[in-house]
Amino acid sequence: MPHQLQQKFNATCPAKATFASLRYVEETTEVIGMRRGVLEPIDKTIDRGVMVTVFVNGGMGYAATADLSEAGIRRAFAKAMDWARCSEGKMVFDPSTLEMPHSKGTYASSVGRKWSDVSFGEKLELLKHIDKELPIDKRIIDWSASLMSVRTESLYLTNEGGEIHQSWEMLAPDMLAVAHHDGQTQKRSFGSRGISQQTGWEVFDRIDYKDSAPRVASEAIQLLEAPDCPTGKMDLILMPDQMMLQIHESIGHPLELDRILGDERNYAGTSFVTQDMFGSYQYGSELLNVTFDPAVPEEFASYAFDDNGTPAKKTYLIKDGMLEKPLGAAISQHRAKMAGVANSRACSWNRPPMDRMANLNIEPGSQSLDELVSSVENGVLMHTNTSWSIDDSRNKFQFGCEMGEVIENGERKGIVKNPNYRGVSATFWRALKGVGNRQSLEVLGTPYCGKGEPNQVIRVGHASPACLFGNIDVFGGA
Amino acid sequence: MQQHFNDLADFLTSQMKGDEVCTSFLTAEDSDFVRINHGQIRQPGFVSQANLQVRLIQGNRQSAVTVGLVGDLEADKAQLKSQLNDLRALLPHLPEDPHLLINEDIQSSEVIEDNHLIDTADMVDNILTESSGLDCVGILASGSNYRAFANSLGQRNWFASHNFNWDWSLVHSVDKAVKSGYAGKKWDANAFAGKMTDAKAQLKLLACPSKTLKPGSIRAYLSPVALSEILSLLSWSGFGLASHKNKTTPLLGLLEGDQRLSEKFSLVEDIAGGVAPDFQSDGFRRPSQVSLIENGALSGALVSPRSAKEFDVQTTGANGGESPDSLSVTGGDLPTEDVLKALDTGVWIGNLWYLNYSDRAAGRMTGMTRFATFWVENGEIVAPLNVMRFDDTIHRMLGSELEAITVEQELLLSASSYYNRSTASSNLPGVLLKDFAFTL
Repeated sequence: MPHQLQQKFNATCPAKATFASLRYVEETTEVIGMRRGVLEPIDKTIDRGVMVTVFVNGGMGYAATADLSEAGIRRAFAKAMDWARCSEGKMVFDPSTLEMPHSKGTYASSVGRKWSDVSFGEKLELLKHIDKELPIDKRIIDWSASLMSVRTESLYLTNEGGEIHQSWEMLAPDMLAVAHHDGQTQKRSFGSRGISQQTGWEVFDRIDYKDSAPRVASEAIQLLEAPDCPTGKMDLILMPDQMMLQIHESIGHPLELDRILGDERNYAGTSFVTQDMFGSYQYGSELLNVTFDPAVPEEFASYAFDDNGTPAKKTYLIKDGMLEKPLGAAISQHRAKMAGVANSRACSWNRPPMDRMANLNIEPGSQSLDELVSSVENGVLMHTNTSWSIDDSRNKFQFGCEMGEVIENGERKGIVKNPNYRGVSATFWRALKGVGNRQSLEVLGTPYCGKGEPNQVIRVGHASPACLFGNIDVFGGA
Repeated sequence: MQQHFNDLADFLTSQMKGDEVCTSFLTAEDSDFVRINHGQIRQPGFVSQANLQVRLIQGNRQSAVTVGLVGDLEADKAQLKSQLNDLRALLPHLPEDPHLLINEDIQSSEVIEDNHLIDTADMVDNILTESSGLDCVGILASGSNYRAFANSLGQRNWFASHNFNWDWSLVHSVDKAVKSGYAGKKWDANAFAGKMTDAKAQLKLLACPSKTLKPGSIRAYLSPVALSEILSLLSWSGFGLASHKNKTTPLLGLLEGDQRLSEKFSLVEDIAGGVAPDFQSDGFRRPSQVSLIENGALSGALVSPRSAKEFDVQTTGANGGESPDSLSVTGGDLPTEDVLKALDTGVWIGNLWYLNYSDRAAGRMTGMTRFATFWVENGEIVAPLNVMRFDDTIHRMLGSELEAITVEQELLLSASSYYNRSTASSNLPGVLLKDFAFTL
C-alpha cells in the first residue's frame, strides 16, 4: 500500500466537490499450471491504481489512473471534475440529493498459511503430483492442473473522513482430464475454478484436491462409456457445483437492482423481476431461503464494506420463498427508493462500482443427500456446470453439466453423459421440493462473472447444499 | 506513449546478461466511458491504463510478469528492474520449457493512425439530443488504444488507433428493443442521425402486438450480428490447433468425422481486413489471411507459437488462446434487400444472445433470440417475436440447412471492454436457413 495516499488525497481533493472519494486497489495474480507434464509459462500480474469520483451539484464523474503521484491524482480529479460539470443536469439521477457514506473500518481475509510463504518448489510438487495421477488410461488425451492465487489490497477515502482498509487473499485450484475415443470427447474438471475461496494454503486440508486426480480421470473415462442422459420430465438433484450456477444466473442476476432499473439493457440484459414484486412475489417454494452474506470467512466475495463504503451484513433476499430485497447498493437504492444491500463493487481500480452479487447463498435445509436421493423415483443427479445460457430477462434458461447419475427408485444407477436441463426461472424455483442439510453444503465461487459497460469480470461466492427439483425438462446430447 | 515504451524497451535490453533475451508487450489505452440510460447519463468517466508484460528467457527457460506502468520513466524503470531481478532469480528453479518458441526473425512495424476524435462531451451532447424523448441505453467509449511489442534482439512493433464506439439500444418496452451501433474514427453527426432514423423505424415495428412461437423447426434469417454470435461461440476453443489436437473443438465432426458444412460457407481469419494489430504478444507477425473453413471443409487452424513448437508446425501468430480477432465469411448471392422476400414466411433474427454448447463434441449449441426479432409472412414483417430459445447443430445451421448467404458483408467492430478496449472485428454476411430448431 503506497504511503501518503491520504495526504495526496487531502492535497488534491477538489473543494467544489460535494462528495469526493479515492479508491486505491493493488492486486497480484499468479497462475501456475502444468499440462501434460510441462510447466506452462507462469502468469503473474501486478496491477495497481486509483479511481477518484466526484459529485458536483447535479453531476458526477470518475477518473482512473495508475499514476499515484500527487500530480497524477490531481490530473485524475481534474478529469473527473470535467465529467461532473459536463453531466450536470443530464444525469439519470441527481447526485446532489444522495448522501454517500463516510465509513471507517478494516477487513482482512482469514488466512493460515499465506501463498507467499509457500515455496515455489512445494507448489510445483503439488502440480506434478496431480499431473502424474491424471493420465490413467490411453484415452485420456489431454490433462492439466493449475493453481490461481489472488492477493488484493484496497484503501477507500472520502472527503468527510471515510477511511477503509481491506485486504483479501484467495486461492482457486483446478484440474482437467480430457478423454477421447471413437469420435467422441468427454471432460471432467475439479469445478473449473468453482472452488474459489478466501484462504491460504490450508485450503488443501479442507478440500480433497491432492487425491482427486484418479477420480476426475476415471469419471472422464466412464463418461466416454456412459449412455446419454435420458430425456423427459423428471426429478432433478443438483449438486452444489451446479447449484452455484443455478443461483447465480436465475436468482442473482435478476435481483440486481441496476438491471431492474434498466442500466444493463444494452448489454447484460434486463430482469423479469420488477420493483413492485418485492414483498409480495413467491419466487420459489417455501423451502427456498436465499441470503446475501458477506460474512462467511472462507467465501470468495466476503468483505466488510462495499466499494462505496457501505457496511455489509447478512440479509435475506428470499425468505420461505417470498421475494424480500434486491441486490441493490446505495445509488440504486436512492434511485429506486427501496432498501437493498451493500453490493456496490468494481472489478478493479480502473472500473466504476455497480450492483453485484458478492456472496449469494442458499440456506441449508434438513435433508441429507442420501435422503434426497432416496426420495426420487425417477430422476437424474447432476454434477459440475459446463454450459450456461439464459435469456436477457433471466427467465428462460438451459444449463448443462459435466456428469449425471440416473436415479431409479431411490438409488443411483450409474453415470450418464451430456446431462442438460431447461426451464423458466419464474417457475423453476417453485419446483424446489428438497433442500440438503449443512453436511451437503459447499462453499464455492467463481472469478468469472461478467457484466457492465465498460465490461467488468468480478469474483462472486455461492454456498449451497444439494437441492431437489420436481418435474424438470431433462435431456441428453446429440 | 510510444517514446515511453521505446525507452523502457531500450532499458530492458540494457539489463540483459549473457545469453538472456527479453520480450515486452504493451496493452494501453486512454479512454472516456459514458454510460447512458433512459436517454440520460448514468456514469461518465475516464480511464488511463498501460500494462507491460515482460518475459525473460534464458535457454529453454522462461518467466514473465505483467506490471501496470505509472507513466514516469524513472519510476517505471525502477519497477521493471526490480521485477527483472525477481524473474532472473526464479529462472533456475524452473524446468526447461519444450514448447518455448522465440521469434528471432526481426520484423519491426509501425501503425499510427491520425487522431480525428472530437471531444467526447460533444459526442455525448449529440447522443442526448438525438435520443431526446426516447428510452436510449448504451455505452460510448472513445479514445486511444495502443499495442506494442519489443524484444532485446531489436524488434519494435507499434500500433496506435484512435476511435469511438457507441453501442446502444432504443427500448420500446421491457425486452423489446432495437440494438444498433456507431463506431469509427471521426464522429459524423449526420451519419449518426441516419443510424438513429433507421433505429426509430424499427422501433415502430416493435409497437405491434408480439407473437409467441411454439417450439419447433422454422425457416429463419440470421443477420450479420446474429451470425457473429454463433461464430463467437465457435471461436471459444473451436479454431485453435490445440483444440483440434485435444479433440475439444466443436468442429470435431469436420475434423474427424464425415461431417461437412455447406459448400457455400467459407471462413477466414482476415487480419488484413480487420482493425487489430498484425503482431502478437510474442512478437510473431500474423499473415494477412488464414483459411479456417473452405467450401464447407475444415481448411486450417489458428496456431500459437506454443502449439507450433508442440506440434511441429508453423505458427499463424495466434494469441495464446488461439482465438480469432478478425473473422470474415465470404459473401453469397442473396442481395440483402431481397432477404424478406427470400425468407417468405419465418423468423427474421436481428440478434442472438448468450450462446453455449448443449453438446460441444457434437457441435450442438443453444442460445436466445434478443432485441429486434420479427415474424415474417409472405415477405412482410408482421410482428415482433417474444424471445425464443434455439438448440441446433453447427452442421445443420451452416451445413444442410444453409440456403443462402447475402452478397453484402457488414464490418462489425467489437465493443468489448473486458480489461481493456478490444481491437477485434468481424466482417460478415447474413445467412438464410431452411430450418432452425427452437426449443423453448
